[in-house]
Amino acid sequence: MTVASRANAAAPSALLGVRNLLARVQDLTSGARRVANELAAATLGRDFEQRAAYIRNHYAQMGDDPFGLDPEFTRAGAMLTAFMHRRYFRTEVHGIEHVPPGRALLIANHSGQIPIDGLILALTMFFDANPPRLIRAMVEKWMQTLPFIAPLIARLGQVVGVPDNCHRLLEREELILAFPEGVRGIVKPYTRRYQLEEFGQGFMRLALATRSPVVPVAVIGAEEQYISVGNLEWAAKAIGLPALPVVPQLMLPGGILPLPTKYRIYFGEPLNFEGDPADERAVTERVWLVRQTIQRLLVHGLERRRNVFF
Amino acid sequence: MSITLEASEARLERHAGNDDVVLVTGICGNLGRRVARFLHRDMRVIGLDRRKFPGKPKDIEHYSIDLRRNRVEDIFREFPIKAVVHLGVMHNPRGNREEHHTWNVGGLSRLLEYASRHRVQKFVLLSSANVYGPRPENAQFLNEDAPLLAAGAFSDMRDLVELDMLVQSFFWKYPEIETVILRPTHILGSVHNAPSNYLRLKVAPTLMGFDPMLQTVHQDDVVRAIQLSLRPGIRGIFNMAGPPALRLSAILKKLNRAHVPIPYTLAKFGVRRLWSLRMTSFPAPELDFVRYVCMVDDQRARDLLGYQPAFDLDQTLNAVDEERWPV
Repeated sequence: MTVASRANAAAPSALLGVRNLLARVQDLTSGARRVANELAAATLGRDFEQRAAYIRNHYAQMGDDPFGLDPEFTRAGAMLTAFMHRRYFRTEVHGIEHVPPGRALLIANHSGQIPIDGLILALTMFFDANPPRLIRAMVEKWMQTLPFIAPLIARLGQVVGVPDNCHRLLEREELILAFPEGVRGIVKPYTRRYQLEEFGQGFMRLALATRSPVVPVAVIGAEEQYISVGNLEWAAKAIGLPALPVVPQLMLPGGILPLPTKYRIYFGEPLNFEGDPADERAVTERVWLVRQTIQRLLVHGLERRRNVFF
Repeated sequence: MSITLEASEARLERHAGNDDVVLVTGICGNLGRRVARFLHRDMRVIGLDRRKFPGKPKDIEHYSIDLRRNRVEDIFREFPIKAVVHLGVMHNPRGNREEHHTWNVGGLSRLLEYASRHRVQKFVLLSSANVYGPRPENAQFLNEDAPLLAAGAFSDMRDLVELDMLVQSFFWKYPEIETVILRPTHILGSVHNAPSNYLRLKVAPTLMGFDPMLQTVHQDDVVRAIQLSLRPGIRGIFNMAGPPALRLSAILKKLNRAHVPIPYTLAKFGVRRLWSLRMTSFPAPELDFVRYVCMVDDQRARDLLGYQPAFDLDQTLNAVDEERWPV
């Protein structure tokens, strides 16, 4: 026998072996895919596609969004971050039915060193509200100068933080999220957790000018995700950051991840205000009222909380 | 033959009957010719441009005079001009800066002087929404009272901003003259302006990681707006946007254009290099137009001017190819 003919005889069996192996691998991968799909469905919920479709239809009916929102991107964004919402922070939602249809301002406390609370609130409105809503939030102006980030945040429906944009979005019956504490709130040290900082007043002027209801929101759980013991203001100023909190847990391996606290979100009843947006005193009084309402919601939520993590 | 003669005589008679004489500067440009063809049916059109006017309709009188010459005033002396439409803005970034400035600013201020001296009733300037400037802190929609900040980054746009300002002060100085400033967004069509030229490229360079929303407007919508602004009683500044805005990548996709994303620093450096080698007429700072938003709110034009874009998005975008492949 020549070498060539022996190879010929061996070929079919070798081919068969490879085919068997391939089939086995295919079985395995399809099995793995099935498991992955199951897991995804368990995290995303059975109605994920329905929710995405509702939002797609909603924006298709309104005509293409002039701010550049792309429902496909919000769907992908929700899909990629659902794990944080459902599994990592296991968000518990109370009173979401208070969010009225149409224009509204969600006013929440800001905490947690990095703005995960904004993300979780957006996911809450996507996964837990009926019907689902997208949150349009305001982002810093300098974000527009960042390549890749700028078009991404625009497609996710976030807009440059100038009052005129907010005004237009409310006129288009959108849902706006604002943290009137701003950076002051988010960089609070652990010792001042759940104590509200001074509120900015811009949101109230917009609420009065557009006659939008204000929904007070308390986010509980974000304060404990990164324990900050202080803020290096001089260092932050030196490198041009808004703040530089001292977070010891970052030293630990894996400490870059936030602690898996349990998020609890309380939506209060919508507050309807009337008045002249140019009247300083009226605006200040109404802002104070909103602040008090959120503080009350926070106290109420904290009283019912038995454990930070469960 | 006699019929056409009669018709043209009748037209002349009609012109003689009413005093609607309109002076159009820069009439020989792409847009100017369109404006002339549009207006000459209803009023007597006098053109003013250094260039030639090929295929000029018979009833349009055309004067080849430099805008800066004293002879321009003779036109005002000779004809009862009721309205001036100023399209003769020179924008040639490669051109001589000095020449540019005396033409644009010197020429316009003379024109304004003649207009006030000879009791013109209407002055229309075709400015541009670009005067607001593409900036990261821009609101998505700018109103007419937004500051004109384009000149900060673009010295080449200083002229345009200055013209706009000049006509604004004219507006306040002569309240009896109806002054109109039109600020359209990117005009698309057979015109040879930067956005149309850009969209005619087979392979369009874009900035990597940037994809701003852009507003476009069809050239004939601009022409119609100019006609609308000539109606008595119309005065003030009007932003003009066409069909709904679209992101740059989607525009290029609709037009089937390939695009090459280039990192911003590299693009800036490259364009500067090409510029100094005289291989491009595109100034590097204008890259910001494909980087940041510069969009306007044209509600005022819709309410007061009665402006309504007649061309939808596809028609507007496809207009850039019309001249090359006539249907």
